[in-house]
Amino acid sequence: MVVGPPVAEATGVTKRFGSTVALREAAISIGQGQTHALVGRNGAGKSTLVSILTGLQAPDEGAVSFGGEPAPRLADRDAWRQRVACVYQKSTIIPELTVAENLFLNRHEHGRNGLISWRTVRRKARELLDTWSVDVDVRVPAGELDVEQRQFVEIARALSFGARFIILDEPTAQLDGAAISRLFTRIKDLQQQGVTLLFISHHLQEIYEICDTVTVFRDARHILTSPVGELPRAELVAAMTGEAAAEAGGARRGPPAEAANVLELTGASLRGAYDDVSFRVRAGEIVGLAGAASSGRIEIAETVVGLRAATDGTVEVAGPQLRPGSVPAALKAGVGFVPQDRHQQGYVAQMSIADNGTLTIPDQLGRAGFIDGRRRDEFARSMIGKLAIKTPGPELPVSGLSGGNQQKVVMARALANDPKVLVLINPTAGIDVRSKEFLLGKVEEIAESGAGVLIASDELDDLRLCDRVLVVFQGRVVAEIPRGWHDHQLVASMEGVDLDG
Amino acid sequence: MAESRTATEVTANDPAGGGAVRRAGSGRRIAYARLRDLALIPAIIVIAIVGQLVSPVFLRGDNLINVLQTMSEIAILVLAQTLVLIVKKMDLSLESTVGLAPGVAAWLTVPVGTGHGLGLLPGGWSVPIALAVGVLVGVVNALFIIRFGLNGFIVTLGMLIVLRGILTGISGGQTFFRLPASMLYLGTEQWLGMPASVWLCLLLFAVGIVVLGFTSFGRSLYAIGGNVDAAKAAGIRTDRVLWIVIVTASVLAALSGLLLSGRLASVASAQGNGYIFTVFAAAVIGGISLNGGKGTMFGAFTGILLLFMIQNVLTLAGVPAQWIGALNGAIILIALALSRVTGGKVQD
Repeated sequence: MVVGPPVAEATGVTKRFGSTVALREAAISIGQGQTHALVGRNGAGKSTLVSILTGLQAPDEGAVSFGGEPAPRLADRDAWRQRVACVYQKSTIIPELTVAENLFLNRHEHGRNGLISWRTVRRKARELLDTWSVDVDVRVPAGELDVEQRQFVEIARALSFGARFIILDEPTAQLDGAAISRLFTRIKDLQQQGVTLLFISHHLQEIYEICDTVTVFRDARHILTSPVGELPRAELVAAMTGEAAAEAGGARRGPPAEAANVLELTGASLRGAYDDVSFRVRAGEIVGLAGAASSGRIEIAETVVGLRAATDGTVEVAGPQLRPGSVPAALKAGVGFVPQDRHQQGYVAQMSIADNGTLTIPDQLGRAGFIDGRRRDEFARSMIGKLAIKTPGPELPVSGLSGGNQQKVVMARALANDPKVLVLINPTAGIDVRSKEFLLGKVEEIAESGAGVLIASDELDDLRLCDRVLVVFQGRVVAEIPRGWHDHQLVASMEGVDLDG
Repeated sequence: MAESRTATEVTANDPAGGGAVRRAGSGRRIAYARLRDLALIPAIIVIAIVGQLVSPVFLRGDNLINVLQTMSEIAILVLAQTLVLIVKKMDLSLESTVGLAPGVAAWLTVPVGTGHGLGLLPGGWSVPIALAVGVLVGVVNALFIIRFGLNGFIVTLGMLIVLRGILTGISGGQTFFRLPASMLYLGTEQWLGMPASVWLCLLLFAVGIVVLGFTSFGRSLYAIGGNVDAAKAAGIRTDRVLWIVIVTASVLAALSGLLLSGRLASVASAQGNGYIFTVFAAAVIGGISLNGGKGTMFGAFTGILLLFMIQNVLTLAGVPAQWIGALNGAIILIALALSRVTGGKVQD
């Protein structure tokens, strides 16, 4: 199918950062019109490869070529941008500036008097967004766009430099189900227009959905490249992890029939978020709270942990009613919490693993407000052991860990007070397959030991281990689905589509 | 599966409900963002009315010119600080440069025998010397902040103390008098019936408004302050822009010092001392974010104008001079609270 030279090719690329080797004689070749997936666990070298392919870094050894010609000099940003565009994981939008200005940053349209003509800038921005049918008002500050709109704007900007090869670095990590499928529609449009894509994702089902070729990196090396259709899921996971992995889904027994309620919501409502929500979680039970990002599931979970106060109804943890909107009260009642965005609410990046892991239990670490460093480190060490956190010691700042290990620290913090109820929001967002399996396994263990677990997520793999899944749609619990559902059944329900109807 | 799912959702979710609501809301917000620039205009009008009620002198031409002249030097500092704040840096040392630049010029040109003058150079050199001192201070600041990557707040705090100390050292803690004529010119001359310093201040703000709003260089300041990585990715030479901004700010501070010395016909060793607080207050009241990337030159101008109009009204109302300080502080806090209400967002 592929004729002519590959759109982009890297051969024998090695890149070292100090003593660590980020890439070792890695190679990738992306053919014209392909939608090429690049997968690998955190630290496999994907990010380094992206920054080399986009000209942000030079390889120590090896070469990059575009369409058979050697890559331009690093300093020649314009030449790079005409060959390859990238939508990075980290936003390159400037939130204070308008959408129009972000699109034409540093290449404003100047009028005859040498000054910027804002009218022309806005008009060209509107034309550009219209070309790619992005429905966004170019006059609003870019900071007011949601993640999805921002991504579309970045894609449009990337294409406006003339490149027909785009790298999408984990574009779906922060999107909810509906937004992902809209992104995929757009990607399919681009495919039809002959745009070549390199797609990076942790979600294997996405790769099977929209990619035609997949390349696996592991431990800084190229492992394999294969058409997606010829690579079964289990083999792909094995290539990523370096060992044969069983598909998850071992049978769970579920809670014993006589188990007591540990969490009970009765008629809870919060205006603008959710309405009349009632459910209970028993000891040893795992309950899923499924729904789109804006469905209200996150707000419900945050109400349980005291970050929000319900305007009506009650929240009871293991008996007495909680003081609404108080995190200390929730902690005291025995609620453990893994928040939605670990970077924002999960940890303090510059603080050590030990400090972060024990942030919720200072009173257990010493008397009268003093903290006993030895007791803290001891506690942290046991957590590091239990959760298999990869670190030289408890004193390492969390910022020095990989995403999966950072999430384990957040989990450690959630478990620090020996919770009766564990609340998790999107617990596996942006972490690699192995860490994900590990964390979900841990959640099962915790439930087995008698805690109630509430998982608010739209990630099917997170929900698969739940004993039952409550589906939240536009602020109401619309369905309760027992274990053993089919993907399409749950997805349809989350999107508010009635399959039977 | 995905195909069919997609189709239903796009029609069900996007154009209806949420999307439409959001769009309507954003329209209002744009109007709001534009208004933010003019947020202080009503306050300025109210103060003008109050001032006129307090004393019929207030709206007379010579009083307004008086207000503009007394604020012209500090307004230029506000302009300089605005540039620095927009690129998400800070320059505390500006207030010491206000004293040091004309101080060094006076030191080298004032004849021996009057105070600590050395009389080394003819009087005509004073203005170039003052501006050169500004450049030098800016280069040192930029070296520390950009080249060596040190924290701007601490670097310029150190510079503030060092520069003030140098001025005290060369002047022996005394005031320079009998300044050369060229130093007095800008502070005393009238152009078309208005003091030259007022013209200069207004002209600089006009240039500032155009540069920040309508040139690629000006917009790159916002880009750097908003997200420096994104600015780099867009091909902006961020370090070069930062150098220019920091050095320009110091030169503007030196110019401000020249105007002040010219008007007072002297350089006190404490000249400019404490100005930086008013400068920051005016900038923030005028809508400049301390977190960079936000605010306009026009807003900054209305900020300093409002502060000085209020001070003038208080003086006309006969408030004892001893209480002006306390009232000034209170006014700054009230103005901040008001701009929080009109701005609608938490200030960072």
